Amino acid sequence: MNEISQQLVNGLALGSVYALIAIGYTMVYGVLRFINFAHGDVFMLGSFAGFYLAPQIAKWFPLPSWGGWVAVMAATMIICAIIGIVIELLAYRPLRNRPKLTVLITAIGVSLLIQYTCQHQAFFGASQKAFPPLLPSGNFSLGGLSFNTTQFVVLGVTLVLLAALTFIVKKTRIGMAMRAVSHNSAAASLMGISNSFIISFTFGLGSALAGAGGILYGMTYTGIEPLMGVSVGLKAFVAAVLGGIGNLPGAALGGLLLGIVETYAGGMSGVSTYRDGIAFAILILILIFKPTGLLGSKQIEKV
Amino acid sequence: MSRILKDPRLLLLIAIVAAVITGLGADQMNLYYRGVIIDIGIAIILAVSLNLINGHTGQFSLGHAGFMSVGAYVAAMITLAAQKSMGAEVLAWMFLPALLVGGLVAALAGLLVGIPSLRLRGDYLAIVTLGFGEIIRVIFQNVEAAGGASGLSGIPRMTGLTWTFILAAIAVYVVGCLVNSTYGRGFIAVHDDEVAASSMGLNPTRYKVTAFVIGAFFAGIAGGLFAHHKTTINPQVFDFMKSFEVVVMVILGGMGRTGGVILAAIILTLAPEFLRAVAEYRMIIYALLIIFLMIARPQGLFHFGRKRKPLTH
Repeated sequence: MNEISQQLVNGLALGSVYALIAIGYTMVYGVLRFINFAHGDVFMLGSFAGFYLAPQIAKWFPLPSWGGWVAVMAATMIICAIIGIVIELLAYRPLRNRPKLTVLITAIGVSLLIQYTCQHQAFFGASQKAFPPLLPSGNFSLGGLSFNTTQFVVLGVTLVLLAALTFIVKKTRIGMAMRAVSHNSAAASLMGISNSFIISFTFGLGSALAGAGGILYGMTYTGIEPLMGVSVGLKAFVAAVLGGIGNLPGAALGGLLLGIVETYAGGMSGVSTYRDGIAFAILILILIFKPTGLLGSKQIEKV
Repeated sequence: MSRILKDPRLLLLIAIVAAVITGLGADQMNLYYRGVIIDIGIAIILAVSLNLINGHTGQFSLGHAGFMSVGAYVAAMITLAAQKSMGAEVLAWMFLPALLVGGLVAALAGLLVGIPSLRLRGDYLAIVTLGFGEIIRVIFQNVEAAGGASGLSGIPRMTGLTWTFILAAIAVYVVGCLVNSTYGRGFIAVHDDEVAASSMGLNPTRYKVTAFVIGAFFAGIAGGLFAHHKTTINPQVFDFMKSFEVVVMVILGGMGRTGGVILAAIILTLAPEFLRAVAEYRMIIYALLIIFLMIARPQGLFHFGRKRKPLTH
């Protein structure tokens, strides 16, 4: 019993990271109707931003500490937001109104460009790096489950960021504009909403969350490398589809579910070696049987 | 004269004769050059078969290396078993059947991917095929008979110039004739506008599945040739990057342009050999090339002549 519930905690921690990244996929899909393949790499850049920022920030705040951790998180999220906006500006904006396939291929190109540039000696190098500890370690239990500080913070931060995001999307003017563009971009622009600004903002917001996910991933798993964005990114995408792409609560739910399923599968003997295939099997099943996802609504295709 | 040259059957015959003649001289050839030329032949088969799916039919598959690996493993397991049980003299006769069985099993895999793909389009299909390629890789990594993560080694080196180029010629011929036939116009119709195609009485699903099955078959053949050329294979060889290399060939050549795609396959296979000095930048260059092409020249680098009207939906 105890092991099962402990796996649940691990699964929720992994699922939180998936959820944060999945939201970026879903938001971009909402406004632009395409899969931003490079999103997983923004997540990776977030991890590395934390890795390189930590020693700098340690000059002002002693690390590991809560203050230093907040500073690293904030700086990383800002950096990732800028990276996301720049990617959209340089690679995707010239392709607005082009066939979707063209944009998709470009996105794959951007993703590979980031991966292979970062793998080069002049940047991060291909080898795995150890993520520095940002928070004082400790264990405590809650309702019979024992958490370490990192797991608790990962869950807490994810919930706070999700709440903030929901507030932005539902209650602010810019959130209303985002929903309008997602609903019908042509009509939104007739209402005086700048599509380009909203798209930039969406990329920035999504990338900031991916950056936060990168830090949380680094804190949980400690090993980071330039290609880690590929598999985590793809699984987060699966999570977005699982929850219903374009649907924010769906992405969070899909992320958590996928994290839990993967963690339990990883603990089972016989299944554990197939762990990396599970996400894709889920993806294929959901696309065959319920392509709209768990929380998505059906869209009628217009000719 | 020009009309005779346009007859595809004659071209096929010429290509096969040329392949046999060059094959006769292969023994005198430098081993390194021969290896590179075989690489080119395999790349042509891969690129032309992916072109049927991604170019002519307008789908977007990122799982070509998956089909290739199915063909490679099946063919290699057959010849390895034959080598063990029957000895060297029978082995030579097992090569083609092994390739063929590899291709057929890959085609079956293509059918399995093609059927769910009929409900999906564009980016979803890309992800599913990518995921499918990954699943195949995970399966091979865990199957004891396929050597697990270390793969298969000691595969007899049986891929020669002759067979590689005969099969490449057949692949080009089959895909070319298929697309230019009355039936095959349907592929292009599905590419141009699926809704319009189905309202003209075509069955887009059937065309998509057919494209996947035939494309996967030739990818499997290419995989078999690859396995008997390199003599060792492991699951990591057939990862996403391998699929992406083939996608780059198709995009560079101009999707749906057989000639351009063949040219791109040749150039992209030769380029790393000539550019050893910048080998570490190869993938960076590919990525930049793709981004640049999509923004500036989406019809492909080697596509001259009439521009196809861009589709805006």
